[in-house]
Amino acid sequence: MASLTLFFNGTILVCGDKKMIQNSFKRGLLDGVPIGVGYFSVAFAFGIMAVQCGLSPLEALLISMTNLTSAGQLAGVPIIAGGGSLIELAATQLIINSRYALMSVSLSQKLENRVNLPARLLVAFGNTDEIFAVSMSNSEKIGKRYFYALMIAPWLGWSGGTIVGALAGGALPEIITSALSVAIYAMLVAVVVPKIKEDKYCALCVVLAVLISCCFNFLPILRTFAQNYGGFVIIICAIVASTVLALVHPIETEDGANEC
Amino acid sequence: MNVRAEFIPYLIVMAGVTYLIRMIPLALIRRKIKNKFILSFLYYVPYAVLSAMVVPAIFFASGNIITAAVGFVCAVVVAFFSKSLVVVAGCSCLSVFLTELILRFFS
Repeated sequence: MASLTLFFNGTILVCGDKKMIQNSFKRGLLDGVPIGVGYFSVAFAFGIMAVQCGLSPLEALLISMTNLTSAGQLAGVPIIAGGGSLIELAATQLIINSRYALMSVSLSQKLENRVNLPARLLVAFGNTDEIFAVSMSNSEKIGKRYFYALMIAPWLGWSGGTIVGALAGGALPEIITSALSVAIYAMLVAVVVPKIKEDKYCALCVVLAVLISCCFNFLPILRTFAQNYGGFVIIICAIVASTVLALVHPIETEDGANEC
Repeated sequence: MNVRAEFIPYLIVMAGVTYLIRMIPLALIRRKIKNKFILSFLYYVPYAVLSAMVVPAIFFASGNIITAAVGFVCAVVVAFFSKSLVVVAGCSCLSVFLTELILRFFS
């Protein structure tokens, strides 16, 4: 195993054989377990809500199995239950889930070169906020086996939580369900905070994104916009904050470092 | 445990739109992006997206802004010392639960 270790900007890059690619099935499976646990509790809440809206438990389960997205499903169920138009449903999903397009662009650069089109079609299905965040937290490029394995526990947790919540949710006391409702956000915090610690420009970007996001929620005119086009808000925050930071502090892209 | 006939088109549209949004960029962008601005932009995107999703939405998640704020602060503090998603999420949920108990005790 010929390998060469370089020190670059304080980080250790191991070049050579397959060291720069994370493609372990077992590692992916393990990395996915915390997401699956978190998803179970959130999907549980979704299952309760879907049944309350008038969907059958099986319908709620089918939505979770095929969509694998929290915000989009939360917005979509009332439209379905209320007999809304298909165009309204499609437009809502398009706006709320448009952030995934940004994430997929990022992910396209994170996948190793040998991940071909059929594999990408499958990878795309599992590109949720948390799976994306965990896969990006690897310092190496990632391979398809790692990503497939990473998708398993979250998909099981999301589907399982939905059906259990739909069937049994009403029986739980409110104090439990309200505590569980912060789980998904806490998980996202756990992805962002370690990065803030190590990169102060990332911290600046986070502060900026949060400030803009708060403006949309609390300033009168922007608030009206957010209430009507909620899904756009996250996109706008992300694009503005990332653009500003990309201009203020571009990342190092020396060719030598990229080719490792 | 039934699936109504009129539910099927909704399911197909919802899942189809969600999938296409994720799939099209992944399928189309095969080359390595060289542009320094775009690379920098993409480097910051995940953290900008996630933080904008969390704040301020987390403060309205539990139905009580005080318990939710405790859950948020707890998540940030624990995440500062632990990288484990489950530990952070668990501590946060527990802190919300305990705060709710305390609030109920005093009200």
